[in-house]
Amino acid sequence: MKRDLLFFIAFSLLVMVAPQLFSGGYLMNVLVFVGINTMLAIALNLLLGYAGQISLGHAGFFGLGAYLSGIMTTTYSFNPWVAMPVAAIVVGCLAGLIGFPILKLKGHYLAMATLGLGIIIYIIFNETVELTGGPSGLSAIPNLKLAGIIFDSDVKNYYLIWGVTLAVMLFSLNLANSRVGRALRAVHDSEVAAQVLGVNARLLKVQIFALSAVISSLAGSLYAHTMTFISPASFGFNFSIELLTMVVIGGLGSIYGSFLGAALLTLLPEFLRGANDYDIIIYGALLMVMVMFMPGGLVRGIPALFRKIVRRKGEGGHA
Amino acid sequence: MLEVSGITQIFGGVTALDSVSFSISKGDITGVIGPNGAGKTTLFNIITGIYRQSAGTVSLEGHDVTGFPPERLARLAMVRTFQNIELFGGMTVLENVMVGMHTKSSSGLLACALKMPWSISEERRIRDGALKWLEFTGILDLADQAAASLPFGKGRLLEIARALAVEPRIILMDEPAAGLNSQETLGLSHLIKRVRDLGITVVLVEHDMELVMDICDRIIVLNLGTKLCEGTPREIQESPEVIAAYLGDDD
Repeated sequence: MKRDLLFFIAFSLLVMVAPQLFSGGYLMNVLVFVGINTMLAIALNLLLGYAGQISLGHAGFFGLGAYLSGIMTTTYSFNPWVAMPVAAIVVGCLAGLIGFPILKLKGHYLAMATLGLGIIIYIIFNETVELTGGPSGLSAIPNLKLAGIIFDSDVKNYYLIWGVTLAVMLFSLNLANSRVGRALRAVHDSEVAAQVLGVNARLLKVQIFALSAVISSLAGSLYAHTMTFISPASFGFNFSIELLTMVVIGGLGSIYGSFLGAALLTLLPEFLRGANDYDIIIYGALLMVMVMFMPGGLVRGIPALFRKIVRRKGEGGHA
Repeated sequence: MLEVSGITQIFGGVTALDSVSFSISKGDITGVIGPNGAGKTTLFNIITGIYRQSAGTVSLEGHDVTGFPPERLARLAMVRTFQNIELFGGMTVLENVMVGMHTKSSSGLLACALKMPWSISEERRIRDGALKWLEFTGILDLADQAAASLPFGKGRLLEIARALAVEPRIILMDEPAAGLNSQETLGLSHLIKRVRDLGITVVLVEHDMELVMDICDRIIVLNLGTKLCEGTPREIQESPEVIAAYLGDDD
């Protein structure tokens, strides 16, 4: 327990000093995205990695947060600090309502249902032109302000986004190692055994689905207020799949894994930009290799790799 | 303690159970035996709310609990174990038993995630309680091992420890001795008696006749979905109907 807390503090310090190390403006912008994607990956991981329930529609919840915040602050001139929690509550309630019937489904069927949900939300963003601006998007979304600071630069946004991301991480770490987190993992491993021990699996799944949607919505709102422009293209099916990839590549059932997955999948395309048209091939090949050789995700694969290297060196010394 | 009456289960035209009735007294160890396909596990699944029966009622301590889902029965202090042990493989041995304390704790999702003071003290209570049951079943030394890595016999003990953490007044065990060697079976029979000595009513489905005859106060015999007879181990051993059912009828 104590070691976990120390690790989290060390991780937070690293996050806080990172901007001093990378002063370049563009990279800061990418690191803001790493923060947003980390939140989203954690949200999906709580559902998929802990409770064992898949969702292929999480980009929809992300988008709902962004659009609700965006519309409330532009068309209806709400304060962003009011709009964000309102959006989160609305999305949470919506997810709870939808979750009750669809979380009865298992495996492929749940994947299909959530896929459909994501697509419906995407279509609504595109078609309700008067509200959302349709395919051309919604612009002039105000930045957040706090105690006289306007969050309008990459560095300021970095601290804003990562402040919230760290809070989401700590929240999720606490949850994972608690009574509720254990019940979630129990439902994942054997739903019937969990029920026999008194866990209301149905209700728990709906709760975690709603929580996952709330975190995604919050990430969406923050995205809207930092980018100041949103369009449906950011919230389509592709992005739901990308989130799923982050969670799996990073490591199912690990909060730090979600960070690793989000960081890798956000940074990799930037680093591969130099490879011109081959970038997408290299990207795909790297993902395949990683899934093949690190089935437990980066969070388990990297330490295992280190151990292997150390052992090999040790053996070499004896020979 | 537990009363079932007129339990009938029809699976797609096949009658798996036909109007089975019996009652189980508090503090007894009751064995349910019968040849393969007699409907023993189906009966257990109905009593514990996993299947919904075609007809019949179940009542627990005088309350009608027909059709209650398993999680509600757990809150009424009824718990079960499974023939193919259903452990939470991704968790440690200790965590498995801590899940068993679920109904004895109440911190919600937000209280847990925000580490509210009461959820911290509750967490400590859950851990201590779970350790107590690991000690009771003799697997305390395995507390930090991954449940998936346990040998079968230890897994069986873990499943019992986890069920006891619910603090049941009645526990149903589906073939607890299946897959155990003779040494482990002996340990199991001692354990079941110690469970009974805690005042917990025990019902078990079992094929190991030696175990059943040794520890059971009463035995219910099922055959082809109906209750053949019931009685003390001695009465059952001498019953011509039972002998015919097990050894085959020459008629």
